[in-house]
Amino acid sequence: MKEFFHKYWVMRKFDISVAWKKAKRSKNCYLFLAPYAILFAMFFVYPVIASIFYSFTYYNILEAPRFLGLQNYISLILEDDIFLTSIKNTLMIAIFTGPLGYIMSFLFAWLINELPRWVRSVAVVVFYAPSIAGNCYVIFSVFFRGDAYGYVNAFLQNLGIIDAPILWFINPTYMLPICMVVILWMSLGTGFLSFVAGLQGIDKSQYEAGYMDGIKNRWQELWYITLPNMKPMLMFGAVMSITTAFGVCDVTMALCGYPSTDYAARTIVTHLFDYGFSRFEMGYACAIATILFLMMILCNKAIQSLLRRVGT
Amino acid sequence: MSKKNKKTVEKEYRKPLVKKRKPNRSIAGDIFLYLFLVFVAFVMAFPIIYAVSSALKPLDELFKFPPKIFAQNPTLDNFSDLFVTMGKSWVTFSRYLFNTVFITFVGTAGHLIVASMGAFVLAKYEFPGNALFFRIVTVSMMFTGYVTQIPNYMLLNKLGWIDSYWAIIIPAFASPMGLFLMKQFMEGLPTSLIEAAKIDGANEWKVFRSIVMPNVKPAWMTLIIFSVQGLWNNKAATYIYSEEKKTLVYALQQIQAGGIARTGQGAAVLVVVMIVPIAIFIFSESQILETMASSGLKD
Repeated sequence: MKEFFHKYWVMRKFDISVAWKKAKRSKNCYLFLAPYAILFAMFFVYPVIASIFYSFTYYNILEAPRFLGLQNYISLILEDDIFLTSIKNTLMIAIFTGPLGYIMSFLFAWLINELPRWVRSVAVVVFYAPSIAGNCYVIFSVFFRGDAYGYVNAFLQNLGIIDAPILWFINPTYMLPICMVVILWMSLGTGFLSFVAGLQGIDKSQYEAGYMDGIKNRWQELWYITLPNMKPMLMFGAVMSITTAFGVCDVTMALCGYPSTDYAARTIVTHLFDYGFSRFEMGYACAIATILFLMMILCNKAIQSLLRRVGT
Repeated sequence: MSKKNKKTVEKEYRKPLVKKRKPNRSIAGDIFLYLFLVFVAFVMAFPIIYAVSSALKPLDELFKFPPKIFAQNPTLDNFSDLFVTMGKSWVTFSRYLFNTVFITFVGTAGHLIVASMGAFVLAKYEFPGNALFFRIVTVSMMFTGYVTQIPNYMLLNKLGWIDSYWAIIIPAFASPMGLFLMKQFMEGLPTSLIEAAKIDGANEWKVFRSIVMPNVKPAWMTLIIFSVQGLWNNKAATYIYSEEKKTLVYALQQIQAGGIARTGQGAAVLVVVMIVPIAIFIFSESQILETMASSGLKD
């Protein structure tokens, strides 16, 4: 092993000395980057490492952390059935709203792309507004109120589809689907803006060349010209939609309550809040955070390798 | 005289009102698509329209059944009630407003300066560690802030910033999204511009301040908008305990939680909270879209 390192060092010595010289010459660059780099390391890099470290300990803030090994993870997966419910709910929400919201973002960006300029800018505002409208989603609790005066209940009763009002946010069968609808309503976010802007930037002459080469309809145009040009934006949009899909908690907590009936609307982040800020079992909460972190990173990597094949 | 001439020339070259249709588009398909778009736009806008109109309804109409979408006798009573309630609270309305404006302003300004300084060297200079650092920043966009919340809290606690504005402001400086967008946009700047300035004897700071920054104004606006949106909606409830340091959104949502008697005021709160980000977005839409055009993630 030692020999291997020695060999490696000898081989890399030259590279390192070159890099060192370059670094010395660009001192100013580091000075420029330093403020951001320090803050970034403090608030984004260190917390991830610390969270992984604390996840192997028992820590309740008052006492010093006590090393537990893998105990936290073992009890999370084998003993904590609420955690398994929360994983199931998060995955359901992510699998349903993530891809669908992503496709919706692209589809609407693509459809409004050919509208006249002013119609397009109005349309962008209309589609984008829900995702920045603060906590406007609580208006859905008025629509789906549980008594006979809730609008959806009244509507369905008038049509004769149901004969008794449904408790939308208390009955576990309906909680998740309604939350998904609300999340979908809010899903045209930053990725959508990126798509709209990206579609505007595609070179028009490529389309003309496409017409010459015999592209027949708008679907072929989409697959052979638009999508390959949009690949970087598609990557960016995927990152955005995965991040939001796994981080759902505000909507479920505001609509279904915290804790929700039978934990039917509990997500991983809600579970994290419960252990971190209600029970102060920081080690356990950090284990949850680490699992969430790994899930998100792996999912992102998988989606990226999938997207690389688009349009080829 | 010359002005008049110009005008006539412009008129001759004005674009035709009805553009030539693209090939590969059927009229039926277009009509169907537009109908579909109008329908979806209505569905998307309906909750927001409903929220705004219920904020304008007097109390008796709010509980009317079956409901009307638009208020019959629109009033601003709910808003004035809201200000009365806020006026009666222990901490005054102006203090909440000051807190939010202070946090938003300082956080955004700092974020803009710090992130664009970093983005400038990342985009325009070659130095060891450049690509690696940017890759780490992109990875950090891939997970939500909830993952880092607990260690963040402990860190802020050690720094003694809990229960002060800095607990919200300083972490906002380092938001990866801003650096990412700024760097991608700056890559579009011609390198020759910077080289020319260097030959004329400008140092890095001068290049940054008087060449690069004035040329990336659209990206400024985008950074400002994303940062303002984040900070304006920040309830800050985890990091700030003292009532007199809490933000406006927090106070407003406390009123909203006041139950059935506050239905009207709650509707007004929804409108007040959402109007600011949406208004900012409407005013800066074209600049944001210009920046987002370079937002792609290349690998």
